[in-house]
Amino acid sequence: MSTQLNGYLNMELLRFTTAGSVDDGKSTLIGRLLYDSKSIFEDQLQAVKEASERLGGDEVNLALLTDGLRAEREQGITIDVAYRYFATPNRKFIIADTPGHIEYTRNMVTGASTADVAIILIDARNGIVEQTRRHAYIASLLQLPHVILAINKMDLVDFSEEVYTTIRTEFESIAAQLRLGTTYFLPISARDGDNVVDASTRTPWYTGPTLLQLLETIPVHNSLDDLPARFPVQYIIRPHRSEFHDYRGYAGRVAGGCFKVGDAVTILPSRTRSVITAIDAGTVSLQEAATPQSVTLRLAHNVDISRGDMIVRTDDTPPTLSAQVTLMVCWLNHQPLRTGGRYIVRHTSDETVAIIQKVHYKIDIQTLGQLSGEVRVDMNDIACIRIKTLRPLKFDSYSTNRISGSLVLIDENTFETVGAGMIVTDLEDENFSI
Amino acid sequence: MTHLKELEAESIYILREVAAQFERPALLFSGGKDSIVMAYLAWKAFYPAAIPFPFVHIDTGHNFEETLTYRDELVQKLGARLIVGSVEESIREGRVVEEKGYSASRNKLQTVTLLDTLARHKFDAALGGARRDEEKARAKERVFSHRDEFGQWDPKNQRPELWNIFNGKKQPGEHFRVFPISNWTEMDIWQYILQENIPLPSLYYTHEREVFERDGMLYAALPAIPRRPEEVPFVEKVRCRTIGDITCTGLTLSTADSLEEIITEIAGSRVTERGGRADDKRSEAAMEDRKKAGYF
Repeated sequence: MSTQLNGYLNMELLRFTTAGSVDDGKSTLIGRLLYDSKSIFEDQLQAVKEASERLGGDEVNLALLTDGLRAEREQGITIDVAYRYFATPNRKFIIADTPGHIEYTRNMVTGASTADVAIILIDARNGIVEQTRRHAYIASLLQLPHVILAINKMDLVDFSEEVYTTIRTEFESIAAQLRLGTTYFLPISARDGDNVVDASTRTPWYTGPTLLQLLETIPVHNSLDDLPARFPVQYIIRPHRSEFHDYRGYAGRVAGGCFKVGDAVTILPSRTRSVITAIDAGTVSLQEAATPQSVTLRLAHNVDISRGDMIVRTDDTPPTLSAQVTLMVCWLNHQPLRTGGRYIVRHTSDETVAIIQKVHYKIDIQTLGQLSGEVRVDMNDIACIRIKTLRPLKFDSYSTNRISGSLVLIDENTFETVGAGMIVTDLEDENFSI
Repeated sequence: MTHLKELEAESIYILREVAAQFERPALLFSGGKDSIVMAYLAWKAFYPAAIPFPFVHIDTGHNFEETLTYRDELVQKLGARLIVGSVEESIREGRVVEEKGYSASRNKLQTVTLLDTLARHKFDAALGGARRDEEKARAKERVFSHRDEFGQWDPKNQRPELWNIFNGKKQPGEHFRVFPISNWTEMDIWQYILQENIPLPSLYYTHEREVFERDGMLYAALPAIPRRPEEVPFVEKVRCRTIGDITCTGLTLSTADSLEEIITEIAGSRVTERGGRADDKRSEAAMEDRKKAGYF
């Protein structure tokens, strides 16, 4: 096989999300990344050229590359989270592209939930605005390991180092307050392409990587293998065939740490113990499985295990087993949160019913302070709540493990997904806000 | 972990969620490379047990012979059960009216056959091999995509999908379309086929065929597409980059006869694969409109 083909088969995957206010140039930035990394095909570019002309623009509008639906093109808005893909010789990228207008909180939370990196875009002329602080807050709430502050429209401030440094210093103090992940700063012009894919000659004072170089080198999944091992059971595999008569496998996706053949394991919630005898992936048998592999575990003993149970390594720190759960919730639905109301909870492969017992406080999205007392939690609000579940959940704090620490609330009547929850287990986390 | 391993793990996870959350799922199989990869992933997800849902093929009656032969062999090899929904039958039953003229296509008609087939067998989830990189409307669709009782998609009212938690709850009469390979690109599919050594229909490799040209595209000179008098057939070395039915499958001039050569060819290509699909060329929002009506 040629080296080029070998390269294609050995790329890493990086997921990132983009946040910015309306007119910060987010669609243009994504269009620029796709265009300069040569991920745009001729027929797509032709369609955009034609659309640009039809809408009366005099230059090709790269933002149109990412406008999906007819309604969006007509109204010049972005409706919802859209996913984009591009690749360089080293990495494949998945972009969760979220719009900056009214429903931004719900959309950004959705986009950020699967991302490793958030790119927060700001207009160099305006500097840090309220919206920037909100985006930083959401990146911090969703525990994104990396945040890139892209200071855009540098061409409109004469590529001033002073403007860049002022913004950078101000954001560094916000990042420290919010305990934000590793933070990077970039002076760019998405419209002209400065420091997006190619280094700019107009920012001689900036010696760091371009945006694409940064995205190509940021480490992926660096810490997941060190976490306590978690395996939510998704599905039981019983072949009912003579050649596999006694086969009983527990299918799932490793949600933290690593499992090896021979590991002593505990099954929750029953606390039954056993030992891993085999790890299967299709027809292949493995010696170990790490996050986020999908495998099938076989155990030494015939134990009663069903979907929703969790297999953990007996030697690791166990997850919390409790029916009282405190969480930060982002409300996603037009119907406000009902204190005392019943909701369906989905947590890993588990499902149960919960009552929302108490709203501790809600975040004032303007000041990022806490509002307590009788507060109403509407769509796009973020609140700290306590729920009581019918059966205990087996969970970690979201800050430890984004998979076993997250859950969604579902309306019992409409079956809509109404809340996105991040579990907090200690007081420090609970008071988490500026 | 390589990107292919990670994509595979995610798709297998989604396929297992479907088997666990729905009572009567089905896998929509078209005979194209994407649905072949999806079928292969389903086999891997449940091995050594059988795939716990049947394959459904919507046959427009205008399929390449190679597609049907391949379909039957694969179904047998994977030990799956096959259900065929026939557009010709829908036409005979008067459920749909055949388009007329030279550019007639049964592409739009198959939506009715699809919805009828799903209803007849009471399927509550239909697994599709659509990818988000294919088309603008697909870039906005969820992995678990809710359909109302008319089978329609409402892009402005989709359920938020966070982390890897999928909500497949539904009211009676509603169903879901689920897209386990949403996050794969065309290149990922080809690399995976190479890595896993998955056999493909011969149409994907170069072969000599009688073709004719229409609107700058090459099509197979077969009775399924009526030709205008000036559309004179000629022989070329071609292959399919995507396979739909005969009337909407554009052929690419190519001498690639191995997966390695196909991947090199695609890496150098400057046109998307749907650039070869006549069904998308009808209008800028063609896919959006078909999806809202209940298309794949």
